[in-house]
Amino acid sequence: MDLFEYQARDLFEEHNIPVLAGAVASTPEAAEAAAAKMGGKVVVKAQVKVGGRGKAGGVKLAQDAKDAREKAQEILGMDIKGHTVHQVMIAQAAPIAEEYYMAILLDRANRNFLVMASVAGGMEIEEVAHTQPEKLARIGIDPNVGISQEKALEIVRAGQFPADITKDVADVLLKLWAAFVAEDATLMEINPLVKTDDGRIVALDGKVTLDDNAAFRHPTHETLIDHASANPLEAAAKEKNLNYVKLDGEVGIIGNGAGLVMSTLDVVAYAGEKYGVKPANFLDIGGGASAQVMADGLSIILGDPDVRSVFVNVFGGITACDAVANGIVQALEMLGSKATKPIVVRLDGNNVIEGRKILKDAAHPLVQQLDTMDGAAAKAAELAAK
Amino acid sequence: MAIFINKQTRVLVQGMTGSEGTKHTARMLKYGTNIVGGVTPGKGGQSVEIEGNTLPVFNTVAEAVAATGANASVVFVPPKFAKAAVMDAIDAALPLCVVITEGIPVHDSAAFYAHAVAKGTTRLIGPNCPGLISPGLSNIGIIPGDITGPGRIGLVSKSGTLTYQMMYELRDFGFSTAVGIGGDPIIGTTHIDCLKAFQDDPDTDAIVMIGEIGGDAEERAAAFISEYVTKPVVGYVAGFTAPEGKTMGHAGAIVSGSSGTAEGKKVALESAGVKVGKTPSETAALMRALLKG
Repeated sequence: MDLFEYQARDLFEEHNIPVLAGAVASTPEAAEAAAAKMGGKVVVKAQVKVGGRGKAGGVKLAQDAKDAREKAQEILGMDIKGHTVHQVMIAQAAPIAEEYYMAILLDRANRNFLVMASVAGGMEIEEVAHTQPEKLARIGIDPNVGISQEKALEIVRAGQFPADITKDVADVLLKLWAAFVAEDATLMEINPLVKTDDGRIVALDGKVTLDDNAAFRHPTHETLIDHASANPLEAAAKEKNLNYVKLDGEVGIIGNGAGLVMSTLDVVAYAGEKYGVKPANFLDIGGGASAQVMADGLSIILGDPDVRSVFVNVFGGITACDAVANGIVQALEMLGSKATKPIVVRLDGNNVIEGRKILKDAAHPLVQQLDTMDGAAAKAAELAAK
Repeated sequence: MAIFINKQTRVLVQGMTGSEGTKHTARMLKYGTNIVGGVTPGKGGQSVEIEGNTLPVFNTVAEAVAATGANASVVFVPPKFAKAAVMDAIDAALPLCVVITEGIPVHDSAAFYAHAVAKGTTRLIGPNCPGLISPGLSNIGIIPGDITGPGRIGLVSKSGTLTYQMMYELRDFGFSTAVGIGGDPIIGTTHIDCLKAFQDDPDTDAIVMIGEIGGDAEERAAAFISEYVTKPVVGYVAGFTAPEGKTMGHAGAIVSGSSGTAEGKKVALESAGVKVGKTPSETAALMRALLKG
């Protein structure tokens, strides 16, 4: 889960990483009140989970509380790269002397964690990595060892920070590592990390990604979920613990296993070229799905007004085909007259004979079975075209 | 012969007394996998009856190894306790530990992977994988045993159900070993490890490699193929039509910007001489043509 900037700021504050005063507001009035409380100049920042908001006009300096209200009025509701701004963050304005960069992230290639730190902040870090690689420290961290005081100082020196702030920056890095571990993050980035005119080191903007798999040991992370921006179908799927992503086509897709479902999207997209149709969604009912899960999935997809046909593509492993077939039959019973779209089913694998027989015996008018993935995809695409 | 496992592999089931563990222990025994016991902390000294076998349960992997001579384990322990289970296997210097569990926090996988590397005595496969099968010899994990029989194709895949699909497509040829390495951001055994093992295995003639969008594992595998693999390799990458910036379920299946796209992976693989199919059936057809060629 990616966090909004204000959520990252609050999380940093909880872990004693120096930040400036900040508050979130979803109306111009609330923005004015927050700015008045802070006093002086403030920055009004659009809260969207996408880069480039500054260039899009989503970050504005306000002279006082009344100005903050006007700036918030301008920014709220703005569309930034397809993301609607529902909230702004009111942040204390600070005179900045210098801008730096610091991040800790999961390094998939090296299968450990990676710290990046650079005295050259304030511009695209990819650019720094490319043009001034000597200014970007990239140091792998053994998860079972972590970052010691000594290691932190070594990293900060490698990032070419000036000697007079080495200790302060290393201190921020140690706190960032502690936060990274404590919160089960896969990314914690401070960009920019700044030195203010009065010499303080402060995290001015942050990006945080938390590991959803670790939610069981972080009950508070649930409060960070963004319900407002979620697609209603995605929200409904999430409530049922389904792995669903809405796409912009017409053929509803259900399968088991992320790889097979992605492959199904491909096969349907190719088959759909002829008919001008595309997959309407990604839905993985998982390896151990029960009949109930199939029923939940099918009802979500049949509730999508864009869907004109459904393709259920299952290779029975842990989920045996008879369970899948029962799920389809049960789902159709539950939905009754609400189910109006044709469903193409392809079953193979564990208990396939039983599964196919269950569907054949149920003889539901909307359901037809095909033997191969390619054949079923072509049929589903054809039905969506009508 | 096969890679990583054979008829002699003596397998412990970590989490055997749980519902998933019991269910899959029964399936593996039915297949002929040589299961010698289970490990569940706190239940040591008990024994369980599964498929007509009386299997001893131990508190730790080290105790189980001492008593049974086990040289591999398969982990069905829930995510909360998976790290402790895998650490236990590594501490006992078990040569092979196959982690089926889905949903393990990545900080936990990072910790047990680093521990395995530091000790250097345990090969980890997974987590979040279906395991591996050497048809006719041993089946460790959850891959259905009846899809196909022994043959001379080696298969390595990030995805479980795509592994099954590809085995099914090529069921008339059979497989030496099929390995599901898992789709998590940190996995113990990579495409490259399997490609190397298949290249070195005298009973494997050709290799199918299945990838997914996200990360750069396939690109690195392509580079490895160029320099090491002389056996024919056929590839498939799922996610050609996936929109950018959307997470598609697997932690691994994320496309961001130009890196990690299916097209980029296809190009990298083809430049290493790998024939890449656009769908599972096309990929199978490429392998078929190659073997009959």
